[in-house]
Amino acid sequence: MNTWKRGRAGPALAAALLLAGAATLTGPARAESGMTADPTVEVMAGACAFCHGTDGNGVGASIPSIAGLPIETFTYMMTSYRDGTNPATVMDRIARGYSAEQIEALATYFAEKPFHRAPQPWINVALVPDGKDLAAEYCESCHENEGRDGEGVGILAGQKLNYMRFSVHDFLSEAREMERRQARKFRDLMDERGPDGFEAVLNYYASVP
Amino acid sequence: MQTTRRGFLRTSAAAATLLGTVGLPHIARAAEPRFVVIGGGPGGATTAKYLKRYAPNAAVTVIEPHKTYTTCFMSNEVIGGDRALSTLEVSLDGLRRHGVDVVESMATGIDADAKTVTTEGGDTFAFDRCILSPGVDFRYDAIEGYSAAAAEVMPHAWKAGPQTTLLRRQLEAMEDGGTVILSVPANPFRCPPGPYERISLIAHYLKQHKPKSKILVLDAKDTFSKMPLFTQTWEMFYGYGTDTSLIEWIPKADGGTVTGVNPDSMEVTAVTGTFKGDVVNIIPPQQAGAIAVAAGVVEDGWVPVNKSTFESLVVDGIHVLGDASAAASMPKSASSANAQGKAVAAGVLALARGEDPPVPHLANTCYSIGGPDHGFSVAAVYAYDDFENALKPVQGAGGISPIDADAEYRRREAFYAHSWFENIKADIWS
Repeated sequence: MNTWKRGRAGPALAAALLLAGAATLTGPARAESGMTADPTVEVMAGACAFCHGTDGNGVGASIPSIAGLPIETFTYMMTSYRDGTNPATVMDRIARGYSAEQIEALATYFAEKPFHRAPQPWINVALVPDGKDLAAEYCESCHENEGRDGEGVGILAGQKLNYMRFSVHDFLSEAREMERRQARKFRDLMDERGPDGFEAVLNYYASVP
Repeated sequence: MQTTRRGFLRTSAAAATLLGTVGLPHIARAAEPRFVVIGGGPGGATTAKYLKRYAPNAAVTVIEPHKTYTTCFMSNEVIGGDRALSTLEVSLDGLRRHGVDVVESMATGIDADAKTVTTEGGDTFAFDRCILSPGVDFRYDAIEGYSAAAAEVMPHAWKAGPQTTLLRRQLEAMEDGGTVILSVPANPFRCPPGPYERISLIAHYLKQHKPKSKILVLDAKDTFSKMPLFTQTWEMFYGYGTDTSLIEWIPKADGGTVTGVNPDSMEVTAVTGTFKGDVVNIIPPQQAGAIAVAAGVVEDGWVPVNKSTFESLVVDGIHVLGDASAAASMPKSASSANAQGKAVAAGVLALARGEDPPVPHLANTCYSIGGPDHGFSVAAVYAYDDFENALKPVQGAGGISPIDADAEYRRREAFYAHSWFENIKADIWS
């Protein structure tokens, strides 16, 4: 967009061009501009982005996106990391650096950010149709709207594949606690299809646009 | 503006000698504030992008001599042979899409009274506030015989790009049975765990392809970042502590501090003696980038700043973040610079509007790769202490990955490290 060479123009002309450029520039990058929260919260949330991506939407394969998480889910994850009741690598060490009030502010901040479903080229598309059928049978009753919504559950649709694999591993190994209904569904799927069934389901959810 | 006691006293004195600067931004605030950012690396690019996100009408200029930036982070994987250099290269065009004016030039001077930046082309850029993120320069004179020219023979590879490629090619060309010498400076320097990750990944390469070779580490320190985790990694994979170890580490206490080099004979002299290497990687002592020196904000090699806004304690209106700043408790890392960039962006906007700057609550996470599927981290959360002008690690939080973690934990942290790399690149430059 700004392809003109600033360095060749005089400062006055350059300044005029700069103002004109700033005033007329539009595009996708500008659509979400402006602070959406108190500056102190913006700065605090900014530190989350170097791992979780801008506004909590990552592009890497493994760190989960945290945009759009329901407030209660975000708060549960942070407090359970902090208390050591949820298995973590680094998040337990990080969560302990935030007070209940700060966690609440961050939860509210990220809940308002739209969850972006970026393509995940590492998905095995051959598994997706089977995974979709299995998800309808074993997951959809809680993970509603193809895993986009659901009360008290995380977002599965478009979530990072490796993160979901790690989570399933932790649930199955009982490192992470399951609710009764979830535990029953996990057991049924494991009995029916084994680990391959989970792999199909996760590839499907990661692929939901 | 300066809210700390120490900061207030020092800037008051500075302001008294800089008559004419006090209050000027308030008089001239008819138009939107103008910010000039020097440096398109993690600190500068983050600040510029987030200035536009926080205030779309602000006029933001980035002055950076390189068309593309090559990240130092993850460059050790290139040196170890597991990554292409191109994956480290990011275009500054992403900043332009946010409405940032990117000027491909080298900033050569800052006039704090006139509030202008001059580039090597002779152009001047006026600012209400100037943000400096120049990274580090090497103190070549700290090691006798070392210089920019000597670095073409004995690379530092501590700024990524051709130096990274050079070190990689030298390792590829080395005969099996050769000696790689690696020298590490005393603190503080860019990326504290970086030398030890490099040692690990060179050892990984040698183990696969040149197992009779050896790495000799000459260190100006007795302890280092994530030391228990690196030591464990070296013992697990590279025979550390045995007769057949790929790695020998000579700490300061044993005379490891390097004092001189001879590129012609490929010799390195440390306090304990002189060693000959087939490949020599000198990571020299460092200081704040030259433009910070030219701006008159450097003390003892680094830039003392107000830890809330990163404004220089010496010169009003100039904010310095990233590796060049003396942010003491925060390591000189990309994550630190990224988190600081958002505090600086929000801070300079508030100051330009005559408002109180936000109170920063920052964080840092540094991942290291020790071998395939073997990663670990150090993390900290930092709360701002107004009275002491400090960013203090929150007690009870942070720390290094547990020493007794299992292989699955290390595998996940390696995956997370690579995800962090993709996400921080996008957050800074896309």
